[in-house]
Amino acid sequence: MLNAILALSALALTFGLLLGFAAIRFKVEGDPLVDQIDAQLPQTQCGQCGFPGCRPYAEAIANEEAEINQCPPGGEATIHALADLLDREPLPLNPENGVEAAKTVAVIDEQICIGCTLCIQACPVDAILGAAKQMHTIIESECTGCELCLPPCPVDCIEMVEIKEDILTWKWPYPEPATVEQPTDNRQEATA
Amino acid sequence: MTEFALILLSTVLVNNFVLTKFLGLCPFMGVSRKLETAIGMALATTFVLTLASICSYLANTYLLAPLGIEYLRTITFILVIAVVVQFTEMVIQKSSPLLHKVLGIFLPLITTNCAVLGVALLNIQQELNFLQSAVYGFGASVGFSIVLILFAAMRERLAVADVPSPFQGPAIGLITAGLMSLAFLGFSGLIKG
Amino acid sequence: MTSAPIRLWDFHGGIHPEQNKRQSTQEPSAQARMPAMLTLPLHQHIGAAAEPIVEVGETVLKGQKIASANGYVSAPVHAPTSGKIVDIGDYPIPHPSGLSALSIVIETDGRDEWTSYAAEQDYTETNPSHLRNIIREAGVVGLGGAGFPAFIKLNPGSQKKIKTLIINGVECEPYITCDDMLMREDPQSIIEGIRIMRHALQAERCVIAIEDNKPEAYESICKAASGVEGVNVALVPTRYPQGSEKQLVKVITGKEVPSNGLALDVGVVCHNVSTAAAIYRAIRLGQPLISRMVTITGKGVKRPRNLEVLFGTPMDELLAQCDVEADQIERLIMGGPMMGFALHDTNLPVIKTTNCIIAATREELGVERPVMPCIRCGACADVCPVKLLPQQLYWYSRAKELDKVQEYDLFDCIECGCCSYVCPSNIPLVQFYRFAKGAIWTQEQEQKKAAQARQRHEFHQMRIEREKQEREARRAKKKASRPRATAPKAPPVDGAKIADKMRDEAINQRESAAAARKAEIQAALARVQAKKSASPKPAQSPDKTQKSAITKKDNPTSTHDDDQQVQ
Repeated sequence: MLNAILALSALALTFGLLLGFAAIRFKVEGDPLVDQIDAQLPQTQCGQCGFPGCRPYAEAIANEEAEINQCPPGGEATIHALADLLDREPLPLNPENGVEAAKTVAVIDEQICIGCTLCIQACPVDAILGAAKQMHTIIESECTGCELCLPPCPVDCIEMVEIKEDILTWKWPYPEPATVEQPTDNRQEATA
Repeated sequence: MTEFALILLSTVLVNNFVLTKFLGLCPFMGVSRKLETAIGMALATTFVLTLASICSYLANTYLLAPLGIEYLRTITFILVIAVVVQFTEMVIQKSSPLLHKVLGIFLPLITTNCAVLGVALLNIQQELNFLQSAVYGFGASVGFSIVLILFAAMRERLAVADVPSPFQGPAIGLITAGLMSLAFLGFSGLIKG
Repeated sequence: MTSAPIRLWDFHGGIHPEQNKRQSTQEPSAQARMPAMLTLPLHQHIGAAAEPIVEVGETVLKGQKIASANGYVSAPVHAPTSGKIVDIGDYPIPHPSGLSALSIVIETDGRDEWTSYAAEQDYTETNPSHLRNIIREAGVVGLGGAGFPAFIKLNPGSQKKIKTLIINGVECEPYITCDDMLMREDPQSIIEGIRIMRHALQAERCVIAIEDNKPEAYESICKAASGVEGVNVALVPTRYPQGSEKQLVKVITGKEVPSNGLALDVGVVCHNVSTAAAIYRAIRLGQPLISRMVTITGKGVKRPRNLEVLFGTPMDELLAQCDVEADQIERLIMGGPMMGFALHDTNLPVIKTTNCIIAATREELGVERPVMPCIRCGACADVCPVKLLPQQLYWYSRAKELDKVQEYDLFDCIECGCCSYVCPSNIPLVQFYRFAKGAIWTQEQEQKKAAQARQRHEFHQMRIEREKQEREARRAKKKASRPRATAPKAPPVDGAKIADKMRDEAINQRESAAAARKAEIQAALARVQAKKSASPKPAQSPDKTQKSAITKKDNPTSTHDDDQQVQ
């Protein structure tokens, strides 16, 4: 009896010491998971997920403090990518964070702009050009459509404009499920 | 030599741990959704199972048997396996980030794999010696790896196939596993006597 | 012409669809009537859209350049006849999307007056790069259907030696006969064009490939090519999709174009017969590409035939010239029945890539059979000319597994439609592949954009952090220097202190400026609000429309997708 207690205690103690030693000796800095999650996020830095930017959200996901369905700009594609990465079940987008909308860019109405620079300070990707008392303008190719410049504008001169589809950005749509699953009523015509 | 070959053949095909002994079913169903993860899991399991069967053999022979406390085998083995897995994970993470990326998250999962404990206990039960238990553990894990990878490859195809809706998802997975099990029973006539 | 028969190779798969070519070759080709208006889209080729260089109201002459190439992979557009520019704006174009794109509209004046042009009589004295420039400026693009700027394919680069120049007169798609008619009626232009191309490429030999369902064209070309050194004519057995570049290279040279590679990689350049004729016209006659042969066929027209059509001519005028039965037409298709696409309207303009217009009747299209589940018969893999696994591509495209579908070499798919043609379950396989390709391009673009945004955001964070640190450092310094300033022993002529003081003043000034700015903002806010309440909404709208026009013009559009498609 005593033998057993002693032996097990000794074993447990040795192993505990071993693991404790390993934890100090083989400590690894940084968390590559956060980088991997961050790489899947659309980088709009819009904060709709409830975190100040994409990286904080990635950190929250890695620490399991946030669900993977809080990113409206990324939408379904991002949720699927994250589910794949983390081997979780994909969830529908959380409506509390917003809905997946068409991609937009901000446009400044240059007639109204008073050159207050407030939007420049709000822009997370430095996509707004301008100086104090000078008219501002948005570099369209850099704008992520995060809408963070809208609230600070004192004269409401910024407008979100949907990115229009042209023949260069047009893509073939997914073949209609109706043509895949349901037999059309042509069959009746053929027999008629 | 023939003896080791027989042990290998027996554990890999005839007495496959998953399909005839029904051990380690949780990773078999859980980590077989994608081929890549299945391969990672297979590698990690091979590694841990071999190591665990060696360690548990040592623990049994040099600690439990001399002290006459073999009745504590299960709890000791659990302890040994858990520590071995944790320790290897830490070492791998530090020494080879690449290998850790492959095996990464699977290593801790294996701690709770009943196949690992099963192999350790069966080693003792069958009174195998040191080398035999190492080969037994290795063979068992190779068998596990083969069926896991085969199953994952099938599930990948099933995931995109036109499966009737009542059978979609895990249902068709279980049916497939059952069919695989039947197929593996066919190996039972492989070795005579 | 060398008389030794050329050894031919074979390509995998392929099909033999109903030819339907005889209908449109019954009568000789004719010149289409000049319409009152020509609508010239600026994007008639693969690559970036051309940029207009004329203004509304300007009078242009036939052959005058009205839009210039924008970048390397692009082609200029010329006025097909003399007339007046009446509009530059968005008009519907023949494109599967049914969208509109920037076009120039010319009101024809009927005089058909040529602009002055210079012909290059002796091209053998001209160096190849000059020839390429002329071809580029003439707006010549591949007339086989893809519309890739021709001069690029005449520029092999200095390291690459071109062994074989293949002239594609295969025309494997059913219904289309425009190349056939051109070969019958004007073989001399084609041969002349080939000589120019051989000079530009310094190609060792040239093979003109013609399918054996066009004996008249073969005869005609053989006659014209006899006596031309190094030019062979090959009669190849009819099989679809032999006219596709990679398959034709395989048939003629036995070499396989590598995955993600070009014919150039195996020392081959491939051009269409019509392109050869267009190059002849550009170099020897000095005429830019302003018209092409178009097959108008299908059971919806009573007089199917080939017409030489000015670009920009509305299709319904052509149909009318072929005695159309408008009420019979079920679907209007541009291109062939295999790779063409349905048009959304009948009055779309003819562009450089319009080789055929099929006015298909309901009877001709056949009964649309229902789509059924895949039975894994593997017929698609048997006919795939690229030796892909269409079935796997289908499963993964359907499940939107974009990584997997690329593992099965989706991007080697030439979208020939053989798999869909033989599918017993009538699955629209090619549509799935097209969708998957588009989805992958979109994903890549989004990732690129995200990477850019991440970089900019990180820089933004860094900048803010740095500014904060600098501010703190300044404050710390100020704090440290202040007690020293009050200390009596400090001499008044301390340089550092003066600098500090000046900096303090500057900071103070900036602060007061900030306060002033704030006040200004308040004032402006009040002003705008007053204006808003005073003037009703409509006052703003003209500004807005103007602004959106500006931003759209500024919008740089990427052409990556199309480039990839070619390669």
